[in-house]
Amino acid sequence: MDLSYTPEEEEFRARLREWLAVVLPGLPPKPDPLDWPGRRAYDTGWQRMLYDAGYARVHWGASATLRLIFLEETERAGAPYVGANFVGLLHAGPTIAAEGTEEQRARWLEPVLRGDEVWCQGFSEPDAGSDLAALRTRAVRDGDAYVVSGSKIWTSHAQVADWCELLVRTDPDAPRHRGISWLAMPMDAPGITVRPLRTLAGSDEFAQLFLDEVRIPVGHRVGAENDGWRVTMVTLSYERGTAFVGEVVACRRVLVEIARAAHKNGTWDDPVIRRRLGCLHAEFTALWRLIQWNVSESERTGGVPGVGGSVFKLRYSHARQELYDAAAAVLGPDALDLGREWTLDRLSSLSYTIAAGTSQIQQNIVAERILGLPKGR
Amino acid sequence: MDFQLTDDQRALRAGIRELLARRFDSTALRAAVDGGGLDRGLWRALGEAGFFALRLPEEAGGVGLGLPEAVLLFEEAGRALLPGPLIATHLAAGLVEGAAEGRAVVTAPDGGLVEWLEEADVVRGDVAGAEPIRSADPLTPLHRLPDGGDKGPPEWALLTAAEQLGSAGRTTAMAVQHAREREQFGQPIGAFQAVKHLCAQMLVRTEVARAAVYAAAVTGDPVEIAGAKLLADEAAVRCARDCLQVYGGMGFTWEAEVHLHLKRAWLRRERWLPTVPAQELQAAALEEAM
Ligand SMILES: Cc1cc2nc3c(=O)[nH]c(=O)nc-3n(C[C@H](O)[C@H](O)[C@H](O)COP(=O)(O)OP(=O)(O)OC[C@H]3O[C@@H](n4cnc5c(N)ncnc54)[C@H](O)[C@@H]3O)c2cc1C
Repeated sequence: MDLSYTPEEEEFRARLREWLAVVLPGLPPKPDPLDWPGRRAYDTGWQRMLYDAGYARVHWGASATLRLIFLEETERAGAPYVGANFVGLLHAGPTIAAEGTEEQRARWLEPVLRGDEVWCQGFSEPDAGSDLAALRTRAVRDGDAYVVSGSKIWTSHAQVADWCELLVRTDPDAPRHRGISWLAMPMDAPGITVRPLRTLAGSDEFAQLFLDEVRIPVGHRVGAENDGWRVTMVTLSYERGTAFVGEVVACRRVLVEIARAAHKNGTWDDPVIRRRLGCLHAEFTALWRLIQWNVSESERTGGVPGVGGSVFKLRYSHARQELYDAAAAVLGPDALDLGREWTLDRLSSLSYTIAAGTSQIQQNIVAERILGLPKGR
Repeated sequence: MDFQLTDDQRALRAGIRELLARRFDSTALRAAVDGGGLDRGLWRALGEAGFFALRLPEEAGGVGLGLPEAVLLFEEAGRALLPGPLIATHLAAGLVEGAAEGRAVVTAPDGGLVEWLEEADVVRGDVAGAEPIRSADPLTPLHRLPDGGDKGPPEWALLTAAEQLGSAGRTTAMAVQHAREREQFGQPIGAFQAVKHLCAQMLVRTEVARAAVYAAAVTGDPVEIAGAKLLADEAAVRCARDCLQVYGGMGFTWEAEVHLHLKRAWLRRERWLPTVPAQELQAAALEEAM
């Protein structure tokens, strides 16, 4: 067991830290959280800066350890988060890198890294959320294109995305898991309607997609026809295994800010509140150590993160909600002020036990795939 | 960074697991519960295996390994529910004649309690006014002390956390095995989600505690050790309770091993950095970071 970094890794950290100190003060002001085009521009602008400085590739391809250092340093410095680039950088990109053809990698990866193109995720449907394999959106082959019709829902960032990682049913007669394909859909194709949905936080960060005979070239399929479920599992293992990793460092930062606020308003003297924050300190330290454990394990076994990601996701989702509940305990009546950042963050944190697979589904995965318990009838 | 066990560490763990399976299986555990008293032969065998001298330098006749290795041994001890003042004796190696070889049984007070006082050859610390109590843990005789008394070094809390981790892993495995075998309503109870989710949460608690305990062993940082103790205490206590639930009525019997794990977990949580001081230490670390 070794938690130390090599001299090269430490040098990477030092260079990155120096670079961040130089560029962060010159960043434009953060856009309003409700201004989606503004957020897209801000997030892609940041990605472009990373690209020009040679840091864009750190999310895939590079060593996972460098990625951890990158996340530690960027979060610590208060650098922008991936934001609208979440899907492209954290799961569509890695999936194409792992499963795409040479041509597909050349077509899609660079623009994501440069911040030129934003992706969204079209997996869930109105009648297929947890039961994702029940998806019905149909793709019928017509020459060198698929003609796609159906509907997707809860699609985050759909309004500002250029591409959508889309799951479609290409063989309605096959057993449900065997008739699915993974396609890259251009969001400006004719036949796509995006209807924003309002979240409980009052923003429209996701949308419903209506697909009416949308033509998608066959060459946009990643993986073999009807082999999309396997590709999807790759995507989901990135989503659950590594996509939220950086947020743990961010949570640690927020925790310190909450402690500072508690000091200021006197709630720190309340032992119940103080110890609650103390528990969260232990919790987020342990979660970061768990990430290092999972990363070391996947580096040893080579490649795609394992089901340990579900263990992480279960605990992290809960811890994040606890964090903002603790913030509310510190804020008192101010916790009801939507003008406070933590109030909005508390509302957003409610999605963590639902999005990317609910906690119940993750528990099924842990119980069946790690512990080997039987599937229910 | 390679935060995984090395081959040597795996071999060490396998060795001690094998020794404990041979010398302290469930029959021996039952015998210990019924008979009381410490098995001096087993104590010597542990000494010969290097359990107590593990961290003594080789020049001093020890094994010369570090905290991470000690944590692996104590995790196995916790898994097997090995009785005796193991940590006090381990920490006395090189300081108390015979401790390193398992010839001496050493105990020490902490948190207003001292264990195995009558059996111990050597007591490190002040136990004036110690009164015997009827210990809730049938495998750990206890005396109550008039005041809190001495506090052990951080390693003490870490090794206790390692025992808690081992216990959590064991009760998780027991629950999972039982859930696979026990049938109700025509299927294994592990096919029911209510049971499945209990088991999944047990694994999550155990794995988070494992990351915390192993990392603390590597860094040796007192704050991280306190955090590891908090998480391992929670894992051991909650996993034992959930295991008891999965066992149903059988879990409430003296025959089932579960209650022994729970009682020991409660005891370990009370001692060597209990919940409240550990939380306060975390809070102080947060203050430091402000
Ligand atoms: C903020 C947010 C962003 C999202 N972004 C995207 C996106 O970009 N792209 C995308 O494709 N999807 C996205 N989703 C969708 C998300 O993946 C689904 O909401 C999620 O998988 C749950 O599906 P559902 O909403 O249909 O709930 P349901 O599946 O209907 O579940 C409802 C409840 O029933 C429980 N339940 C269902 N099945 C079981 C079972 N077998 N055992 C036990 N309990 C069960 C669930 O745990 C849940 O509590 C997003 C969701 C949120 C909240």
